[in-house]
Amino acid sequence: MARIAAFLALMLMAGPAAADDISPDRAVRLEHLVLQDCGSCHGLTRKGGLGSPLTREALGGADPHAIAGIILDGLPGTAMPPWRPLLTETEALWIANYLLEEPAK
Amino acid sequence: MTLIAPLSRRVVVGLAATAMLALAAAPVRAETPCCATGDLGLIVERATGSLVVVDQSERAAIGRIEGLGDLSHASLVYSPDERYAFVFGRDGGLTKVDILAQTVVKRVVQAGNSIGGAISDDGRLVAVSNYEPGGVRVFDTDTLDMVADIPTGSKTVGLVDAPGRRFVFSLWDAGETWIADLSGPMPKITKLTGIGTNPYDGLITGDGRTYIAGLFGEDGLVRIDLWAEEPEPRRILPHYGRGREKLPVYKMPHLEGWALAGDQFVLPAVGQHEVLWMDARDFREVARTPTHGQPVFAMARPGGRQVWVNFAHPLNDTIQVIDSQSHEIVHELKPGPAVLHMEFTARGTEVWVSVRDADRVDVYDAATFEKLGEIAAKSPSGIFFTARAHKIGL
Repeated sequence: MARIAAFLALMLMAGPAAADDISPDRAVRLEHLVLQDCGSCHGLTRKGGLGSPLTREALGGADPHAIAGIILDGLPGTAMPPWRPLLTETEALWIANYLLEEPAK
Repeated sequence: MTLIAPLSRRVVVGLAATAMLALAAAPVRAETPCCATGDLGLIVERATGSLVVVDQSERAAIGRIEGLGDLSHASLVYSPDERYAFVFGRDGGLTKVDILAQTVVKRVVQAGNSIGGAISDDGRLVAVSNYEPGGVRVFDTDTLDMVADIPTGSKTVGLVDAPGRRFVFSLWDAGETWIADLSGPMPKITKLTGIGTNPYDGLITGDGRTYIAGLFGEDGLVRIDLWAEEPEPRRILPHYGRGREKLPVYKMPHLEGWALAGDQFVLPAVGQHEVLWMDARDFREVARTPTHGQPVFAMARPGGRQVWVNFAHPLNDTIQVIDSQSHEIVHELKPGPAVLHMEFTARGTEVWVSVRDADRVDVYDAATFEKLGEIAAKSPSGIFFTARAHKIGL
């Protein structure tokens, strides 16, 4: 139980901390990145293209950390590149949560 | 009356002459358009689903056409009379627009997810390549009624027109290139299998002879001689990465017929900061030029003397100009954030550059690199001048 409690405490800390670490200015730039540069392959409306659809429905409530992992490390054998050279883990998690929460425009 | 504004004196003189001729010879037709379209063009505004109509001679926008859906990764082709454009949107939309009237003539949503299209050599058919459902659909250019459906079971890319009412395209998932001949009552399909892993785009040379597909899944490209009795895929530039680790590819390169610069092809290396030069007769590598970033478009200036190259995210604020004889970089420009596309005027005097995140298209003198003008556009991507109407593969 103690271990689970510790894990939950970590999760609770991780959530708000992730959001707080992204400045409003950076958030605007990340949203632009999602729309324009992720959009190159996944579509401006996130309905997919060469890459898979990234709408809230398509992601179906996936674990944001799993999505952040794919963003950071890519999917070998596909055209999804690793974004770790360009994004921090906090930023990748922000994008994952953005994809899960924000309806496509 | 946005069309009136840019009318220059020569057009007015032309109109007067036309009116006199018309009086002498035939009744004036009320619907006769006021202007020609030969120096017009369209710029895709990718985020707002609109097109800016531009006048090359005036270096100015003369109107906007709206309501074209999701234009991320949009492209278009022109009718032989250069009056109509057929716009291929990401959302499967195929839209016919009238450049003179600046209106949408007709729009159909023909698939769930599209990547590009082509118009047949006779101007009667327009073909669209689709990701979802994977395949090619062909439409009558007058009515936009579907005349052929060619499912491939694969995301379909690199669609070009070939002489003889044919279309050539490649299958991303299956590693095949298909040749669809629509000259008869039923489409005749030739399937070339095993061309390589994940073809990402294709080009056809201006003579309609050579189709080249770039491969994402392996080092190399494949060429197909369409003049051969039985066309077959042949690997070119194999192992150009030479075991070097491929860098992450944040933007797929594009291939078009402008890859031919004189007697050499210039081709982007996938996942490398370089362009590759290949002899157009024996298809052997002759040189490579290290570049600022991963090339997206490597476009020969008409005539082929220089090649202009833009780059993938995040190094996409830069253009390099490479001399096709020395293979040296002779000039570098920093137009601004997110340079997505370039388009030369038909004889290569100017190059127009879309700078997406500056909401601007810049006009440069292609010889002196002097900036000649700017045109406002919202998140501009592709720039398409009407001279494409008369070029195989564009």
